Amino acid sequence: MRILIIGGGMGGTILANNLARRLKGELRSGKARITMLSASDKHAYLPGLLYVAVGRMTPDELYRDQASLLEPGIDFHVDPAEEFMLDDNKVKAKSGKTYDYDVLVIATGSRMMPDSIPGLAENAEFFYTEETAVKMFKRLQNFEGGKVVITVGVPHKCPMAPLEITFMLNDYFKERGIRDKVDLHYTYPIGRVHSLENVAKWAAPEFEREGITYETLFNMKEVDGDKNVIRSEEGSETEYDLLIAIPAHKGMEVIEKNGLGQNGWIPTDRHRLNMEGRDNVFVLGDTTNLPISKAGSTAHFEAEALGENIAAMIKLGAPVRDYDGKVFCFIQAGSEKATYAMFNYNQPPSPKPPTRGVHWFKLAYNKLYWVSARGLL
Amino acid sequence: MSRKVVDARGSFCPGPLMELISNMKSAEVGDELEILSTDQGSANEIPECGVWHVVVKKTK
Repeated sequence: MRILIIGGGMGGTILANNLARRLKGELRSGKARITMLSASDKHAYLPGLLYVAVGRMTPDELYRDQASLLEPGIDFHVDPAEEFMLDDNKVKAKSGKTYDYDVLVIATGSRMMPDSIPGLAENAEFFYTEETAVKMFKRLQNFEGGKVVITVGVPHKCPMAPLEITFMLNDYFKERGIRDKVDLHYTYPIGRVHSLENVAKWAAPEFEREGITYETLFNMKEVDGDKNVIRSEEGSETEYDLLIAIPAHKGMEVIEKNGLGQNGWIPTDRHRLNMEGRDNVFVLGDTTNLPISKAGSTAHFEAEALGENIAAMIKLGAPVRDYDGKVFCFIQAGSEKATYAMFNYNQPPSPKPPTRGVHWFKLAYNKLYWVSARGLL
Repeated sequence: MSRKVVDARGSFCPGPLMELISNMKSAEVGDELEILSTDQGSANEIPECGVWHVVVKKTK
Protein backbone atom coordinates (compact mmCIF):
# COMPACT_ATOMS: atom_id res chain seq x y z
CA MET A 1 0.00 0.00 0.00
CA ARG A 2 1.62 3.25 -1.17
CA ILE A 3 0.37 6.21 0.88
CA LEU A 4 1.16 9.62 -0.59
CA ILE A 5 0.65 12.69 1.63
CA ILE A 6 0.66 16.11 -0.04
CA GLY A 7 1.50 18.85 2.46
CA GLY A 8 3.85 19.03 5.45
CA GLY A 9 1.69 21.21 7.67
CA MET A 10 -0.04 20.19 10.86
CA GLY A 11 -2.51 17.71 9.30
CA GLY A 12 -0.06 16.00 6.95
CA THR A 13 2.69 15.73 9.56
CA ILE A 14 0.49 14.34 12.34
CA LEU A 15 -1.05 11.85 9.92
CA ALA A 16 2.33 10.68 8.57
CA ASN A 17 3.71 10.12 12.09
CA ASN A 18 0.51 8.49 13.32
CA LEU A 19 0.58 6.07 10.36
CA ALA A 20 4.29 5.37 10.66
CA ARG A 21 3.74 4.25 14.23
CA ARG A 22 0.66 2.17 13.47
CA LEU A 23 2.31 0.57 10.43
CA LYS A 24 5.80 -0.02 11.81
CA GLY A 25 5.80 -3.69 10.82
CA GLU A 26 4.28 -3.04 7.40
CA LEU A 27 6.85 -0.32 6.66
CA ARG A 28 9.68 -2.64 7.65
CA SER A 29 8.40 -5.52 5.54
CA GLY A 30 7.71 -3.26 2.56
CA LYS A 31 3.97 -3.94 2.69
CA ALA A 32 3.33 -0.22 3.21
CA ARG A 33 5.18 2.90 2.15
CA ILE A 34 4.58 6.50 3.29
CA THR A 35 5.75 9.35 1.08
CA MET A 36 5.30 13.04 1.92
CA LEU A 37 5.67 15.94 -0.51
CA SER A 38 5.96 19.44 0.90
CA ALA A 39 6.66 22.89 -0.47
CA SER A 40 9.21 23.59 2.27
CA ASP A 41 11.95 21.87 4.29
CA LYS A 42 10.69 23.83 7.33
CA HIS A 43 7.61 23.26 9.49
CA ALA A 44 5.95 26.40 10.80
CA TYR A 45 3.86 26.78 13.97
CA LEU A 46 1.43 29.29 12.52
CA PRO A 47 -0.53 30.16 15.72
CA GLY A 48 2.70 31.76 16.96
CA LEU A 49 2.36 34.56 14.40
CA LEU A 50 -0.26 36.25 16.59
CA TYR A 51 2.38 36.56 19.31
CA VAL A 52 5.06 37.75 16.86
CA ALA A 53 2.76 40.59 15.79
CA VAL A 54 2.67 41.98 19.33
CA GLY A 55 6.29 41.21 20.21
CA ARG A 56 5.71 38.18 22.44
CA MET A 57 7.47 35.61 20.24
CA THR A 58 10.24 35.87 17.67
CA PRO A 59 10.07 34.25 14.21
CA ASP A 60 12.86 31.73 14.87
CA GLU A 61 10.71 30.16 17.60
CA LEU A 62 8.12 29.19 15.00
CA TYR A 63 10.18 26.81 12.87
CA ARG A 64 11.70 23.33 12.96
CA ASP A 65 13.25 21.25 10.18
CA GLN A 66 10.41 19.19 8.78
CA ALA A 67 12.61 16.08 8.44
CA SER A 68 13.44 16.25 12.17
CA LEU A 69 9.73 15.95 13.06
CA LEU A 70 9.07 12.86 10.97
CA GLU A 71 9.30 9.25 12.13
CA PRO A 72 12.07 7.21 10.52
CA GLY A 73 10.74 5.36 7.50
CA ILE A 74 8.74 8.27 6.10
CA ASP A 75 10.00 9.14 2.66
CA PHE A 76 10.09 12.97 2.66
CA HIS A 77 10.67 15.20 -0.37
CA VAL A 78 10.66 18.96 -0.76
CA ASP A 79 8.84 18.76 -4.06
CA PRO A 80 5.46 20.51 -4.20
CA ALA A 81 2.66 18.78 -6.09
CA GLU A 82 1.65 20.39 -9.36
CA GLU A 83 -0.59 18.00 -11.24
CA PHE A 84 -3.13 15.60 -9.76
CA MET A 85 -3.99 12.67 -12.07
CA LEU A 86 -6.60 11.06 -9.86
CA ASP A 87 -7.91 8.64 -12.48
CA ASP A 88 -4.41 7.20 -12.85
CA ASN A 89 -3.47 7.38 -9.14
CA LYS A 90 -0.51 9.64 -9.86
CA VAL A 91 0.73 13.06 -8.74
CA LYS A 92 3.30 15.00 -10.72
CA ALA A 93 5.52 17.32 -8.68
CA LYS A 94 7.59 20.41 -9.42
CA SER A 95 10.79 18.40 -10.00
CA GLY A 96 9.06 16.64 -12.88
CA LYS A 97 8.94 13.38 -10.94
CA THR A 98 5.67 11.43 -10.89
CA TYR A 99 4.59 9.75 -7.66
CA ASP A 100 2.23 6.74 -7.78
CA TYR A 101 -0.09 5.94 -4.91
CA ASP A 102 -2.79 3.61 -3.67
CA VAL A 103 -4.03 6.14 -1.09
CA LEU A 104 -3.65 9.89 -1.54
CA VAL A 105 -4.06 12.47 1.23
CA ILE A 106 -4.28 16.16 0.31
CA ALA A 107 -3.43 18.60 3.12
CA THR A 108 -2.11 21.68 1.37
CA GLY A 109 -3.72 24.27 3.65
CA SER A 110 -4.95 27.78 2.92
CA ARG A 111 -3.66 31.31 2.36
CA MET A 112 -4.92 34.80 3.06
CA MET A 113 -6.20 36.78 0.09
CA PRO A 114 -5.86 40.49 0.94
CA ASP A 115 -6.10 41.28 -2.79
CA SER A 116 -9.73 40.17 -2.76
CA ILE A 117 -10.74 43.60 -1.34
CA PRO A 118 -9.71 46.75 -3.24
CA GLY A 119 -7.17 48.75 -1.26
CA LEU A 120 -6.80 46.24 1.55
CA ALA A 121 -3.36 44.79 0.72
CA GLU A 122 -1.76 48.24 0.44
CA ASN A 123 -3.36 49.84 3.49
CA ALA A 124 -3.81 47.22 6.19
CA GLU A 125 -1.54 45.23 8.49
CA PHE A 126 -1.80 41.42 8.68
CA PHE A 127 -0.31 38.65 10.79
CA TYR A 128 -0.88 35.48 8.75
CA THR A 129 2.68 35.22 7.43
CA GLU A 130 6.06 35.80 9.09
CA GLU A 131 6.76 38.79 6.87
CA THR A 132 3.43 40.52 7.55
CA ALA A 133 3.49 39.74 11.30
CA VAL A 134 6.96 41.31 11.65
CA LYS A 135 5.83 44.31 9.59
CA MET A 136 2.78 44.70 11.84
CA PHE A 137 4.96 44.53 14.94
CA LYS A 138 7.20 47.32 13.62
CA ARG A 139 4.17 49.42 12.72
CA LEU A 140 2.74 48.94 16.23
CA GLN A 141 6.05 49.92 17.82
CA ASN A 142 5.91 53.24 15.96
CA PHE A 143 2.23 53.86 16.62
CA GLU A 144 1.68 56.59 19.19
CA GLY A 145 -2.12 56.87 19.17
CA GLY A 146 -5.22 57.15 17.03
CA LYS A 147 -8.01 54.92 15.83
CA VAL A 148 -7.23 51.24 15.31
CA VAL A 149 -9.83 49.34 13.30
CA ILE A 150 -9.97 45.54 13.15
CA THR A 151 -11.72 44.16 10.08
CA VAL A 152 -12.60 40.57 9.24
CA GLY A 153 -13.18 38.68 5.98
CA VAL A 154 -14.64 35.17 5.58
CA PRO A 155 -13.70 32.42 5.50
CA HIS A 156 -10.55 32.89 7.54
CA LYS A 157 -8.04 30.65 9.23
CA CYS A 158 -8.44 30.48 13.03
CA PRO A 159 -11.91 31.78 13.94
CA MET A 160 -10.61 33.03 17.29
CA ALA A 161 -8.01 35.31 15.65
CA PRO A 162 -10.25 38.43 15.37
CA LEU A 163 -11.03 38.43 19.10
CA GLU A 164 -7.53 37.37 20.10
CA ILE A 165 -5.75 40.13 18.19
CA THR A 166 -8.20 42.69 19.59
CA PHE A 167 -7.61 41.67 23.20
CA MET A 168 -3.86 41.36 22.59
CA LEU A 169 -3.78 44.87 21.11
CA ASN A 170 -5.78 46.20 24.05
CA ASP A 171 -3.15 44.85 26.46
CA TYR A 172 -0.26 45.81 24.17
CA PHE A 173 -1.32 49.48 24.22
CA LYS A 174 -1.96 49.34 27.99
CA GLU A 175 1.53 47.96 28.57
CA ARG A 176 3.01 50.75 26.47
CA GLY A 177 1.03 53.25 28.54
CA ILE A 178 -0.78 54.72 25.54
CA ARG A 179 -4.14 52.94 25.78
CA ASP A 180 -5.84 56.27 26.56
CA LYS A 181 -4.55 57.64 23.25
CA VAL A 182 -5.94 54.70 21.24
CA ASP A 183 -9.50 54.08 20.07
CA LEU A 184 -9.91 50.37 19.45
CA HIS A 185 -12.75 49.60 17.06
CA TYR A 186 -13.73 46.02 16.19
CA THR A 187 -15.89 45.01 13.24
CA TYR A 188 -17.37 41.59 12.43
CA PRO A 189 -19.29 40.18 9.45
CA ILE A 190 -22.38 38.79 11.22
CA GLY A 191 -24.85 40.21 13.74
CA ARG A 192 -22.80 39.49 16.88
CA VAL A 193 -19.12 39.87 17.80
CA HIS A 194 -18.21 36.22 17.20
CA SER A 195 -19.63 33.29 15.24
CA LEU A 196 -19.91 31.20 18.41
CA GLU A 197 -22.91 32.52 20.30
CA ASN A 198 -21.51 31.75 23.75
CA VAL A 199 -18.20 33.36 22.89
CA ALA A 200 -20.02 36.44 21.57
CA LYS A 201 -22.03 36.64 24.81
CA TRP A 202 -18.81 36.71 26.81
CA ALA A 203 -16.82 38.99 24.47
CA ALA A 204 -19.34 41.83 23.94
CA PRO A 205 -19.54 42.87 27.63
CA GLU A 206 -15.76 42.41 27.87
CA PHE A 207 -15.36 44.88 24.98
CA GLU A 208 -17.63 47.35 26.76
CA ARG A 209 -15.69 46.97 30.01
CA GLU A 210 -12.40 47.58 28.19
CA GLY A 211 -13.70 50.52 26.18
CA ILE A 212 -13.46 48.69 22.85
CA THR A 213 -16.16 49.84 20.44
CA TYR A 214 -17.63 47.45 17.89
CA GLU A 215 -19.79 47.28 14.82
CA THR A 216 -21.45 44.05 13.69
CA LEU A 217 -22.74 43.18 10.20
CA PHE A 218 -19.67 44.79 8.67
CA ASN A 219 -18.41 43.01 5.54
CA MET A 220 -15.41 44.68 3.90
CA LYS A 221 -16.09 46.17 0.50
CA GLU A 222 -13.15 48.52 -0.12
CA VAL A 223 -10.42 50.49 1.57
CA ASP A 224 -9.70 54.08 0.56
CA GLY A 225 -6.07 54.67 1.52
CA ASP A 226 -6.15 58.37 0.60
CA LYS A 227 -8.95 59.13 3.02
CA ASN A 228 -8.08 56.39 5.53
CA VAL A 229 -11.59 54.99 5.32
CA ILE A 230 -12.88 51.42 5.11
CA ARG A 231 -16.36 50.85 3.63
CA SER A 232 -18.66 47.88 4.14
CA GLU A 233 -21.03 46.02 1.84
CA GLU A 234 -23.76 47.09 4.24
CA GLY A 235 -23.18 50.75 3.32
CA SER A 236 -21.38 52.00 6.42
CA GLU A 237 -17.86 53.38 6.62
CA THR A 238 -15.33 53.97 9.33
CA GLU A 239 -12.12 55.99 9.46
CA TYR A 240 -8.88 54.50 10.73
CA ASP A 241 -5.35 55.50 11.55
CA LEU A 242 -4.20 51.89 11.70
CA LEU A 243 -6.12 49.13 9.95
CA ILE A 244 -5.62 45.53 11.13
CA ALA A 245 -7.18 42.94 8.84
CA ILE A 246 -8.03 39.27 9.01
CA PRO A 247 -8.49 38.80 5.25
CA ALA A 248 -10.68 36.20 3.60
CA HIS A 249 -8.79 32.99 2.81
CA LYS A 250 -8.67 30.56 -0.09
CA GLY A 251 -7.24 27.08 -0.45
CA MET A 252 -3.99 26.70 -2.38
CA GLU A 253 -3.78 27.64 -6.03
CA VAL A 254 -2.74 24.13 -7.08
CA ILE A 255 -6.11 22.79 -5.87
CA GLU A 256 -8.08 25.26 -8.00
CA LYS A 257 -5.78 24.84 -11.00
CA ASN A 258 -6.39 21.10 -10.95
CA GLY A 259 -10.15 21.60 -10.70
CA LEU A 260 -10.33 19.80 -7.36
CA GLY A 261 -12.52 22.40 -5.64
CA GLN A 262 -13.88 25.93 -6.00
CA ASN A 263 -11.71 28.50 -4.19
CA GLY A 264 -9.27 25.73 -3.37
CA TRP A 265 -11.61 23.90 -0.96
CA ILE A 266 -12.10 20.23 -1.87
CA PRO A 267 -15.60 18.74 -1.43
CA THR A 268 -15.06 16.24 1.39
CA ASP A 269 -17.18 13.66 3.21
CA ARG A 270 -17.64 15.02 6.72
CA HIS A 271 -17.22 11.65 8.46
CA ARG A 272 -14.87 9.56 6.29
CA LEU A 273 -12.86 12.58 5.05
CA ASN A 274 -12.61 11.15 1.53
CA MET A 275 -12.86 13.52 -1.40
CA GLU A 276 -16.40 13.27 -2.74
CA GLY A 277 -16.57 10.67 -5.50
CA ARG A 278 -13.13 9.23 -4.68
CA ASP A 279 -12.64 6.30 -2.30
CA ASN A 280 -8.83 6.46 -2.17
CA VAL A 281 -8.35 10.24 -1.92
CA PHE A 282 -8.62 11.90 1.50
CA VAL A 283 -8.55 15.54 2.54
CA LEU A 284 -7.34 17.11 5.79
CA GLY A 285 -7.45 20.46 7.57
CA ASP A 286 -8.06 23.78 5.87
CA THR A 287 -8.22 22.09 2.44
CA THR A 288 -11.68 20.54 3.03
CA ASN A 289 -14.91 22.35 2.26
CA LEU A 290 -16.37 21.23 5.61
CA PRO A 291 -18.32 23.89 7.56
CA ILE A 292 -16.02 23.70 10.56
CA SER A 293 -13.18 25.86 11.85
CA LYS A 294 -10.11 26.24 9.68
CA ALA A 295 -7.78 25.61 12.59
CA GLY A 296 -4.80 23.47 13.49
CA SER A 297 -6.79 21.44 15.96
CA THR A 298 -9.30 20.50 13.25
CA ALA A 299 -6.44 19.15 11.11
CA HIS A 300 -5.02 17.41 14.19
CA PHE A 301 -8.22 15.55 15.13
CA GLU A 302 -9.01 14.73 11.51
CA ALA A 303 -5.48 13.32 11.08
CA GLU A 304 -5.93 11.06 14.12
CA ALA A 305 -9.22 9.67 12.81
CA LEU A 306 -7.81 9.22 9.31
CA GLY A 307 -4.61 7.58 10.61
CA GLU A 308 -6.67 5.01 12.46
CA ASN A 309 -8.83 4.41 9.40
CA ILE A 310 -6.04 4.06 6.84
CA ALA A 311 -4.17 1.67 9.14
CA ALA A 312 -7.38 -0.32 9.64
CA MET A 313 -7.97 -0.43 5.89
CA ILE A 314 -4.57 -2.12 5.56
CA LYS A 315 -4.94 -4.42 8.56
CA LEU A 316 -8.69 -5.13 8.61
CA GLY A 317 -9.79 -4.21 5.12
CA ALA A 318 -12.15 -1.41 6.19
CA PRO A 319 -12.15 1.90 8.09
CA VAL A 320 -13.16 1.73 11.74
CA ARG A 321 -14.42 5.14 12.79
CA ASP A 322 -15.98 8.41 11.69
CA TYR A 323 -14.49 11.84 12.30
CA ASP A 324 -17.00 13.49 14.64
CA GLY A 325 -16.20 17.12 13.82
CA LYS A 326 -14.07 17.67 16.93
CA VAL A 327 -12.39 21.06 17.24
CA PHE A 328 -10.52 22.54 20.23
CA CYS A 329 -9.57 26.20 20.10
CA PHE A 330 -7.71 28.20 22.70
CA ILE A 331 -8.95 31.78 23.01
CA GLN A 332 -6.23 34.19 24.10
CA ALA A 333 -8.25 36.88 25.94
CA GLY A 334 -5.46 39.40 26.35
CA SER A 335 -1.81 38.98 27.25
CA GLU A 336 -2.45 37.35 30.64
CA LYS A 337 -5.60 35.22 30.39
CA ALA A 338 -7.20 32.70 28.09
CA THR A 339 -10.04 30.24 27.74
CA TYR A 340 -10.97 27.59 25.18
CA ALA A 341 -13.85 26.26 23.11
CA MET A 342 -14.35 22.58 22.36
CA PHE A 343 -17.12 21.28 20.12
CA ASN A 344 -18.03 18.76 17.43
CA TYR A 345 -20.82 18.29 14.87
CA ASN A 346 -23.34 17.57 17.62
CA GLN A 347 -22.10 19.33 20.76
CA PRO A 348 -21.96 23.15 20.86
CA PRO A 349 -19.12 24.69 22.87
CA SER A 350 -19.68 26.33 26.24
CA PRO A 351 -16.52 28.31 26.96
CA LYS A 352 -15.75 29.22 30.56
CA PRO A 353 -14.58 32.67 31.69
CA PRO A 354 -10.87 33.23 30.84
CA THR A 355 -8.28 32.39 33.48
CA ARG A 356 -4.54 32.73 34.00
CA GLY A 357 -4.29 28.94 34.24
CA VAL A 358 -5.54 28.39 30.69
CA HIS A 359 -3.24 31.20 29.51
CA TRP A 360 -0.23 29.40 30.98
CA PHE A 361 -1.40 26.17 29.39
CA LYS A 362 -1.65 27.92 26.02
CA LEU A 363 1.91 29.24 26.42
CA ALA A 364 3.02 25.72 27.30
CA TYR A 365 1.19 24.40 24.24
CA ASN A 366 3.13 26.83 22.06
CA LYS A 367 6.13 24.64 22.97
CA LEU A 368 4.28 21.33 23.31
CA TYR A 369 3.12 21.74 19.72
CA TRP A 370 6.33 20.08 18.57
CA VAL A 371 5.35 16.96 20.50
CA SER A 372 1.92 17.18 18.92
CA ALA A 373 3.36 17.42 15.40
CA ARG A 374 5.32 14.24 16.08
CA GLY A 375 1.97 12.57 16.72
CA LEU A 376 2.65 12.00 20.42
CA LEU A 377 0.13 14.38 22.04
CA MET B 1 -28.01 31.03 -12.66
CA SER B 2 -27.95 28.00 -10.46
CA ARG B 3 -28.79 26.73 -7.02
CA LYS B 4 -25.99 25.53 -4.79
CA VAL B 5 -26.56 23.58 -1.60
CA VAL B 6 -24.36 24.70 1.31
CA ASP B 7 -24.34 21.94 3.90
CA ALA B 8 -23.80 23.79 7.18
CA ARG B 9 -25.37 21.12 9.37
CA GLY B 10 -23.44 20.64 12.58
CA SER B 11 -21.55 23.89 12.06
CA PHE B 12 -21.08 25.84 15.28
CA CYS B 13 -17.97 27.67 14.21
CA PRO B 14 -17.86 29.38 11.76
CA GLY B 15 -21.60 28.63 11.60
CA PRO B 16 -24.26 28.75 8.88
CA LEU B 17 -24.30 32.52 8.39
CA MET B 18 -20.53 32.70 7.91
CA GLU B 19 -20.79 29.77 5.47
CA LEU B 20 -23.49 31.70 3.62
CA ILE B 21 -21.32 34.83 3.38
CA SER B 22 -18.33 32.80 2.11
CA ASN B 23 -20.41 31.16 -0.57
CA MET B 24 -22.30 34.33 -1.47
CA LYS B 25 -19.03 36.02 -2.44
CA SER B 26 -18.24 33.48 -5.13
CA ALA B 27 -21.86 33.22 -6.36
CA GLU B 28 -23.10 34.98 -9.51
CA VAL B 29 -25.93 37.52 -9.39
CA GLY B 30 -29.17 35.55 -9.67
CA ASP B 31 -27.73 32.39 -8.11
CA GLU B 32 -29.60 30.75 -5.26
CA LEU B 33 -27.91 29.28 -2.23
CA GLU B 34 -29.72 26.67 -0.18
CA ILE B 35 -28.30 26.55 3.34
CA LEU B 36 -28.86 23.40 5.38
CA SER B 37 -28.64 24.26 9.06
CA THR B 38 -29.06 22.58 12.42
CA ASP B 39 -28.11 25.79 14.21
CA GLN B 40 -29.72 26.47 17.55
CA GLY B 41 -30.53 30.02 16.44
CA SER B 42 -32.92 28.61 13.85
CA ALA B 43 -34.27 26.14 16.38
CA ASN B 44 -35.31 28.94 18.71
CA GLU B 45 -37.63 30.33 16.10
CA ILE B 46 -39.01 27.07 14.78
CA PRO B 47 -40.27 24.78 17.55
CA GLU B 48 -39.27 21.45 16.00
CA CYS B 49 -35.76 20.09 15.89
CA GLY B 50 -34.43 19.11 12.52
CA VAL B 51 -32.75 20.52 9.46
CA TRP B 52 -33.71 23.94 8.07
CA HIS B 53 -33.46 24.66 4.39
CA VAL B 54 -33.00 28.40 3.88
CA VAL B 55 -32.83 29.61 0.28
CA VAL B 56 -31.12 32.93 -0.39
CA LYS B 57 -30.88 34.63 -3.80
CA LYS B 58 -28.03 36.98 -4.72
CA THR B 59 -29.60 40.07 -6.28
CA LYS B 60 -26.74 42.53 -6.53
